[in-house]
Order: sequence, then structure tokens, then C-alpha cells
Amino acid sequence: MSAVIESHHGDHHHGPAKGFSRWLYTTNHKDIGSLYLWFSFIMLFVGGAMAMVIRAELFEPGSQIVSPEFYNQMVTNHGLIMVFGVIMPAFVGLANWMIPMQIGAPDMALPRLNNLSFWILPAAFGVLLSTFLMEGGAPNFGWTFYAPLSTEYAPPTVTFFIFSVHIMGASSIMGSINIITTILNMRAPGMTLMKMPLFVWSWLITAYLLIAVMPVLAGAVTMMLMDIHFGTSFFSAAGGGDPVLFQHVFWFFGHPEVYIMILPAFGIVSHIIETFSRKPIFGYSSMVYAIASIALLSFVVWAHHMFTVGMPIAGELFFMYSTMLIAIPTGVKVFNWLSTMFRGSLTFETPMLFAIAFVALFTIGGLSGLMLAIAPADFQYHDTYFVVAHFHYVLVPGALFSIVAAVYYWLPKWTGYMYDEVLGKTHFWLSFISVNLTFFPMHFVGLAGMPRRIPDYAMQFADYNMIVSVGAFLFGLSQLLFLFNVLKCVYYGKSATAEVWEGAKGKGLEWTVDSPAPYHTFETSPDLTKPQTNS
Amino acid sequence: MIIFRTILFALPLISLPALAGWDDVNMSPGATALGQEIFGLHMTIFWICFAIGVAVLGAMAFILFKYRKKEGVEAAKFDDSTFLEFTWTILFALILIGMSIPATITMIRAYDDTEGDINILITGHQWKWQYEYIEDEVSFFSNLSTSLDERNNLAPKGENYLLEVDEHLVIPTGARIRFLITANDVIHSWWVPDFAIKQDAIPGFVNTGWTQVNEPGIFRGQCTELCGQYHGYMPIVVEAVSPDQYKEFIMQKKEAKLQQAALTEKLWTTEELMAMGEGIYQKNCVACHQVNGQGLAPVFPALAGSDIVMNDKARQIEILMEGVQGAAMQSYAEQLTEVEIAAVITYTRKSWNNDPSGNAEIVAPKEILDYKTNKL
Amino acid sequence: MGQTKNVFRLLLITFGMFGFGFALVPLYDIFCDITGLNGKVTGPTYTSYNEELDTRSMKVTFVTLNNKNMPWSFKSDSPQMTIETGKDYLMNFTFTNTTAEPMVAQAIPSVSPGRGAKYFHKTECFCFEQQYLAAGESITIPVKFIIDPEIPRDISTLALGYTLFDVTEQFAYK
Repeated sequence: MSAVIESHHGDHHHGPAKGFSRWLYTTNHKDIGSLYLWFSFIMLFVGGAMAMVIRAELFEPGSQIVSPEFYNQMVTNHGLIMVFGVIMPAFVGLANWMIPMQIGAPDMALPRLNNLSFWILPAAFGVLLSTFLMEGGAPNFGWTFYAPLSTEYAPPTVTFFIFSVHIMGASSIMGSINIITTILNMRAPGMTLMKMPLFVWSWLITAYLLIAVMPVLAGAVTMMLMDIHFGTSFFSAAGGGDPVLFQHVFWFFGHPEVYIMILPAFGIVSHIIETFSRKPIFGYSSMVYAIASIALLSFVVWAHHMFTVGMPIAGELFFMYSTMLIAIPTGVKVFNWLSTMFRGSLTFETPMLFAIAFVALFTIGGLSGLMLAIAPADFQYHDTYFVVAHFHYVLVPGALFSIVAAVYYWLPKWTGYMYDEVLGKTHFWLSFISVNLTFFPMHFVGLAGMPRRIPDYAMQFADYNMIVSVGAFLFGLSQLLFLFNVLKCVYYGKSATAEVWEGAKGKGLEWTVDSPAPYHTFETSPDLTKPQTNS
Repeated sequence: MIIFRTILFALPLISLPALAGWDDVNMSPGATALGQEIFGLHMTIFWICFAIGVAVLGAMAFILFKYRKKEGVEAAKFDDSTFLEFTWTILFALILIGMSIPATITMIRAYDDTEGDINILITGHQWKWQYEYIEDEVSFFSNLSTSLDERNNLAPKGENYLLEVDEHLVIPTGARIRFLITANDVIHSWWVPDFAIKQDAIPGFVNTGWTQVNEPGIFRGQCTELCGQYHGYMPIVVEAVSPDQYKEFIMQKKEAKLQQAALTEKLWTTEELMAMGEGIYQKNCVACHQVNGQGLAPVFPALAGSDIVMNDKARQIEILMEGVQGAAMQSYAEQLTEVEIAAVITYTRKSWNNDPSGNAEIVAPKEILDYKTNKL
Repeated sequence: MGQTKNVFRLLLITFGMFGFGFALVPLYDIFCDITGLNGKVTGPTYTSYNEELDTRSMKVTFVTLNNKNMPWSFKSDSPQMTIETGKDYLMNFTFTNTTAEPMVAQAIPSVSPGRGAKYFHKTECFCFEQQYLAAGESITIPVKFIIDPEIPRDISTLALGYTLFDVTEQFAYK
């Protein structure tokens, strides 16, 4: 998409610089958005390759291609990369591109900070991935890095891992500060908070979540660092510390973190569904309240990840009830999306297909989440493939599908060209089938008793694991089609109109600017206090 | 059309469990009262969620079909309905309250802190379980017994591949068993699906769980908390037997303890020690030091060609008895008997070309006993 | 003027957050107290109960554990004891340093079920300090304890576990 902006607007007075220095020094929100998106796209293939190794190892019972030690490294880094290197940067990239355009601002509020928060990310992942080349191997203790496995019993590279997590956290915090400042200070006149597009709302709340919990993660890894190198015993029982404390701290970060990875998706899907239903979103204010209450509840449910650590019954019940409460705002959102489509005039372009699949499959993931909330039943589900199925349902056909949908939805606006609709639909159907083939049978093997994070398994799980592996390979290959479609759009696409979609009329300020969006948009704010012609 | 396609693709998914039979795809129905109760709760919750899922996805499929874009049909303009939103919020709340009642009842039943007839201490080690019958002061380790050949696809896999151990945890039927669960190194988790017990084993903490099995049987489970590279290789096998058989089992264990002392005094031949040592090595050492004695650099040193193994008998005994500070090597003084330690040392000293001349000294069980006694 | 006000506000927020961090300490204490999170036993307490209180008998199980790489022998005189709540009891634990080096050990107590921990009062315990033993040395130390008669009726047994950790290295720092 970068090449296009360059060729179309090279003559612009404030046009971008040429070559690599354009990207290194850029303070333009569109450039930085593209950088974030490309970075997460690359990391998707890196983390995806690790998933392929995992599924190849699990294709059949018995040792297949890697050692159990390397398998654990794959599991750990697959998780870390997908969470911190794919989903989060992709959402930040979308925020960079779309928030200024949706609120009628010329750029992000803090452009230099924006540049810094992107460029330290490749450094963070460079540090993390370099551990594969070091003695002792990469981190192997799972993305949840429970102490003491990640402290006393960790490979020496754990220090690099800690450093890398610190950098990722700094990047996220700077990004969030920037987003909050932009949203609160740079809205066009007349755009009150309750008139903001839902994607902007979802990001405003997500950014507050990030600022609240990233320091907690930083604190957790700092305590690990102290335990490993400076003789403290935060997480070691020997010195009066407590390994369970680690889990409390980690999940106090971890649970808001999983909502950080889904709230922006809610915003994206709301936009796409209203556009392709040719109807306004149903229950705008309840959508906002639902996102806000999910965010608030996320701070009081953390110990539902720890139902088996031996909590007293009062604790178990408290966390069970608070977790079940989350089903209410989530249910409200699903019903609102259905009501938006109800009596609409629906068409099924690629972004809409992904958005519909999001609603359907996220509902399945939400329902399995509700089952997991039931503490006594969770004694049986905990740390089995049922959990793996659950969180992949909310993260892959959930968060990832919403990102893919967003890319198809806004790609014409970014590049000025339409993507190939046939390729897009093929990509969708292949992804949709293979994602279910991959993650649905995981529910079965999980219930039947297969623990997670094991490199080999008992005979009764063999059939479903083979299906899962085949599905995973297919899903992995399908994403190459996505890459091909994006490149094809950038280099050979047909020109797109300013409004791009028939239903986009009156669906936000981004559709009032040209396609491709000029390098600088809204240098004078649009005045929304005047009556709008197109709404 | 879209619904038709969706159904077409959903069909094979739904038919999968039907083909395989429900046993392979659902939770264990439980072998204990608590297990059965949790299974019942699981099924209740499952059917509620299933019904909600069918209703939502059904409504969605209907909307997608009915309101697809048609010539001359304009989309409606409404965007709000306080009544509807209020109604379904209340509806969700009622469903959740309905679910939380049975869940709370089961939860209270699972937390039972009354006395047990038998107390068993379960300790998780990297990567094996140790069981100690507290009243009878009998203790043993339980290791994976699936052969390396099976794991490396060199031999056909048995029915209980990766779920077989050398020493079962034997419990009597009809008695209330209280488990005290802890760990020796990292966090493990002791899970037997049929008992619906999954309890984290945390170093420095003692957790509890309990069970009462009424019918004899063999129940299998696995460690469910990532505990390092062989996390997938520390299964649990519990065998419930009649109280009489249980008494006999405990008697045998106590006798074996006495016999062991006698065996230590016996004069052992090289062949006997080598034969025994190979078995011990396969069970306890190959995970790290590998079958060929090459170890796994950099954490697990090679034994083949090792200076200590070839030349320093005293140091080798010390390492096995005390472990190595700050390294992965643990002490085997408690896990293995004197005879077993002597045998495995002898085995390493005489394998992999460590002893080209064939004159390497064997280590007698007596030497291990002497080491223990001299220290005191 | 506006800037001064802003700086003042920001400072206020900073102090507010700092204060909130400290306020969390008592808040979490209350939270843990209500939910009974964390089955740890705190320092020595001396309590006595008058005889009129409703006492009952309970079984206490003693568990002695060695953490990885801790070669000492560590045993209680007997693994179990039936006691009456509200009365003083004593149990002997024997430590033996079986190695050829002097070592320092720390015993970490844990009570199960966790919600019973606050009713388990130890008036004297080796877990309050580290143990130094010369090579081959052996020592027997008693734990004196008393169980609060107000312990919930549905708890009819308690387990007191001690895990012995090797802290020789940390000791050397001091």
C-alpha cells in the first residue's frame, strides 16, 4: 500500500520522503499505521510457522519432528508472538490509520512518540527471536511463564525474554497514551463523545486498559528479574515468597489483556455490519456501555484462570460469579449485531463475510467461555484442549478475523484500489472451513482429557488430532492467499471510489475523503455542528 | 445460499462425534459421586449453552437469508429499542442465575474438609509422581513405563500409550481417601478425570483433594500444568482394589523395604548389576542423558566419555546421592535403593566405550550404604 | 495561569495514584481476609483459651517435605496426632544434615485447607528462623501449637506441611 501512496502523491507539497528514511523517520499516522500492519503481518507468518511445527509434531502419536524441549519453545513463542506481535500491533496499526480519519483529525496527537512506539517493537521481537540462536534455547515455559518454571528452572535466555517484554510494554503504553490524547483532544468540532464511531470508542477504552495493566506485567517480569539475578524471593517459597503470587499478578494483567485483544474487534465488526446492512448500528449507546462494562469487569475476574491452585471456596465463588456476569454485556453486543442486520438490506462482500463469521464463531467461543466460568466444571476443563479450543475461537475467528475484515474493508481507502473479490471470498471460505476444522475438534479431545502443552498424546486422541493438524495446515496456507490478494490490490487493483461501499454513505468521516486517502487528511477540521449533507 | 453453504460445511463437524461415539468426545462420566455430580453439572451447562448457541446461530441464519439485498426493498431505519434491550438483559441475567445455582451447590460439595480414612501425600517431581501413605509410612515413585521405542515409533504403541506407569497408586474401595498434594521443584497439577480432581501441586504449599471409589478399577490421568520438557510424560495411574487386597499391598511394600536391606548386604556380580542398571537407566536417566549417554548440551552433560564416570567413582556416587547444586541433576538417594544406585553407576561405567579394557571397577550396593552411614 | 492549574492537577493525580498504591495494601489484606486467599501462617502468636469454650477433637497431619536438591533428613516424631481444640500441643521434628558440608535450611509452613490457617496458632516454631547445621549434625526441635476452638465445624482435619529449602547460598550473602 505504501508504494501507491507514493506514486499518487509524490507531487504533493508535503509528500513523504523517499526510500527507507521515509519509514524510519516518519511521523505520519498513515505511514506508521502501515508499518504496524506490515509488521504484524510478518509476525503472523512467523508465529504461524511455529503453529505449523506444533501441529506437525502432534499429527500422530509418537515423537515426530522436534524434541519435547523445542516443542515447548515453539508453544511459548507461538503464544507470545501471536499475542504481542500480531493481534496487538495490528489493532494499533488500524487505530493509527483510522482514528484520526474517523474523528476528523489531521494526525495523531503525539507523532514523534508514535514513531518511537512502533520502532522499538521490531527491536523487542528481535531480542525475543534471537534467543533461538543462544545456548540453552528460547523461552520454554509457556506464554504465561509461571514461576518457578520461569525463574529458578528457566533457561538463561529468560533475561532476554524479560527485556523484550519490557520493551513491548513500553511500546504499548506509549501507543495508548497517544491514542487517548488524540481521541480526547483532536475530535472535529461537533463530534461529542457519544457521537464517536464505535471503533474509536472501543480503542479509547482499550487504551485505558493497556495503561492500567501493562505496568502490572512490567512489574511481574521485574520481580522475576530480581528473583533470578538479585537474590530476592518474590516467587520463591524458600525466602518466604509465593509462587501463586506470580499467577495472581500475571492474570491481573492477563485477563484485561485478553479483552485488549477483543474490544477493538467489537468496534470494527460494528462498522462493517452497519455498512453492509445499509442500516445504522442498533443500540449505539448500549454498545458503548457494554464495552465499558466488559472493561471494568475484566479487573475483577482474574483468578478464574486459577481455579485449581487451591483457592478457598469464597474466592472460587466470587470469581465464578463475576466471570459469569461478563456474559451479559457480551450477549448484549451479539444481540445488537443481529438486530442491526434484522430488516436490513444485506450484501456479502468479503469484509461482511468475515464479520458474520466473527459474530457466529465468537458466540461459540463465548459460550465455551461461559462453561469454563463454572468453577466446579472447570476442575475438569482447566488446562485441557477445551481451553485451547476456547481461546483460539475468540482469538482466531474472533480477533484475527476482525483484523482481516478490517483490512478488506479499509484497504480500498488506504490504497485507492479494490482487492480481488473472488480471491477475497475464496480466502474467506478456505479460512472459515479450516479454522473450524482446526479448533472445533479441540473441544472434543479436551473434554476427553487431553492436557494442553504436551508434545505427545495417548492413542484415543489420535483421530481428532490428525483432523486438527490438517485443518491447521490448510488455515496456514489460506493466509498466503490473503498476502497475495493484498499485494495484487496494491499493484494491480482497479480504482476505488471515495465511498468504496454502497452502504458506506454517511457511515463515518473516512468515507468523505478521497481513495486513496491523501497523505494529509483533514488539515482543516470538518465542522460537524453544521447539518451534514450525506447523512 | 449462504445458509445452505454454512449447513453443508457444518454437517461434517456435527457428524464427527456421532461417528466416533460419545465416549471419545465428552468428559468422563466419573467414577466417584463427585465425578458424577460434576459430569451432571457439565451436561446441564452444556445443554443450556448448546440451546443458546442454536437459537442465536439459527436466528442469525434466518436474518442472513431473509434480509439479503433484494431489488426494490429498502433497509429499515430503526436503530434503538429500549424495551428490547432491557428485556434481553434481564433474560441473560435470569439464565445466568439459573446456571449459578447448581454450580454453587456442586462447588460446596467439592470442598469437603472432613477427615479421611487414608491420607496420601502426592509430590510432583520433574517428571514423575511420588506417593506416600502417611499412616503406613510407605513411599514410592511412579514413573512412565511406556518404552522409548514406542515413543520413537520403533515399536507398535500399546493401548495405554503414555498412560502406563511402573507403580500404580493403589487405594482401597469404599474408603474416604484424602490427598495432600505438593511439589518438589516446579508447579505440577495432579489430574484424574474419573475422580474430577485436578489440584495444582505447588512447591512449599500443601493442597488437598479427596475421593471415594466404590468399585474396583484402574483410573488414568496426567499432569496438567506445564512443568518443563517432559511435562507430557508423567501420567498418573490409580488402582482401586478391595480393602483386603489393599492391606496385602501395604504389607508387601513394608516387606519389600525390609528385603531391600538384605539385598544390599548380598554380594552382587557384574552381570546382575549391569542387567539391573540398564533398566534403571532407561527409566530414570534417558530423559536427560539419552540412551547413547550423549546427554543434551548444554543443560544435560554427556556420560559417555565423561571424566567423572570413567575415573572418579567417589564423585559419581556423591552426585547421585546429593544431586548437583544449581544444575538439573537431582539427588536420587530417596528415590532409588542402594542396590539400584550401585547398579546404575556400574552400568554407566561399563557402557558406551567408557570401559574399553573391561576392567572398570563395579560399584557394590554396600559402598552406597557405607556412603550413607559415613555421612552421619 | 491555566498551566499552573494543569501542573497542580497533574501533581494531585500523581500523589493520588501513589497514595492509592499504598491504600491497596490494607485493601488487599481485607480482601484476602474475607476470601481467605493464601494459606500462609504468620509469625508467632500467643493465645490461650478458657476451658469453657466449646472444644472438640480433630486430627492433625504433619507433612515433612524436602525441596529439590535438599539432602537433609527431616521427619516428625509421628505423622498424625489427635488433638482437642483450644489446648496446647507439642510435636517434635528432627533435622539431620546428611551431607559433608555445613548447610543452612529454611522450613516453609503451609496449612491445608487454607481457610484453616488463621485458626492454627503456633506459639513456637522452627519456621520462624533459619537452621544452621554442621556436617552430619542432627537436631530435634518442637513445634508448639494451639488450634482456635472457633475453627469452622466442617473442618475436621488439618494438615501442617513443612517444606525444607536449602538457603545456604542466600545465607552466605549476609
